[in-house]
Amino acid sequence: MRTKVIYALSIFAALMLVRNLYVIFLGLPDEKDQGAIYRIIFFHVPSWFTSFAMFIVSGVASGLYLWKGRQRNDELAVAATEVGTVFVAIGLATGMIWARIIWGIWWTWDARLTWALITWLIYAGYLMLRRGIDDPTARARLSAVFNMFAFTSVMITYKAIEWWRTQHPAPVLTIRGADGLMDPLMERMLYLNWLPMLALAVVLVMIRMRQEGEQREIESLRRMAHAL
Amino acid sequence: MDARNFTYMFYGFAAVWVIVVVYVISLVMREGKLRRELDGVRRMLEDKEAKR
Repeated sequence: MRTKVIYALSIFAALMLVRNLYVIFLGLPDEKDQGAIYRIIFFHVPSWFTSFAMFIVSGVASGLYLWKGRQRNDELAVAATEVGTVFVAIGLATGMIWARIIWGIWWTWDARLTWALITWLIYAGYLMLRRGIDDPTARARLSAVFNMFAFTSVMITYKAIEWWRTQHPAPVLTIRGADGLMDPLMERMLYLNWLPMLALAVVLVMIRMRQEGEQREIESLRRMAHAL
Repeated sequence: MDARNFTYMFYGFAAVWVIVVVYVISLVMREGKLRRELDGVRRMLEDKEAKR
């Protein structure tokens, strides 16, 4: 059943991406100041949406693990965190390339960019922390607590463009209260391109969860072998 | 389509796919390693049980 879901979501993501790329290149109007580079927004913003969604799932899964103690929740937390960090990397990389043209620099230490980098480093720290603890129960519990605190950084990154005056643009999307700042066709495409990215992320999380289960099985069999 | 800054747009799109492909390759490699490890541990367990 899980394999069928993985295939179905992969096919959906691939078809949706092909359709979206066609519209992004040939259907959407040009932006008057930026030239072709503005089209990066259709991957830059959805990659951040996806990473935030993954970190929300991961935080909830960690909370559930601490509450119920079920291993599946820990597997979901680590899988969603790992996939979330991949999408943060995409957000940072596309943002830097866009910044090189629009601001004339690859990077600046403004509040939004700095917190985005801190968030990435914190979640990379979560993944490294897990590698450093051998006992599966202690590993799951400690990393779950760490994960709950790490989510603060996601919230600060999200709100940074409202709390501080930054080089990064203030909110331009309708869902964040900036009505009319963006062409409705372009904004619609942002959400439409989020769907395949989210589907891809779900596929990657499902594959990564299966691996985490296999890892747990290996550890359990090793303990049995030592006990014999 | 307005072709200004097309090269950097290409770099941006390429960066997305390079990162995704590198992660997918790392997942595939990890899957292979886990399967080998799992087979090895199962064999070790069977050997130990057979010797008892």
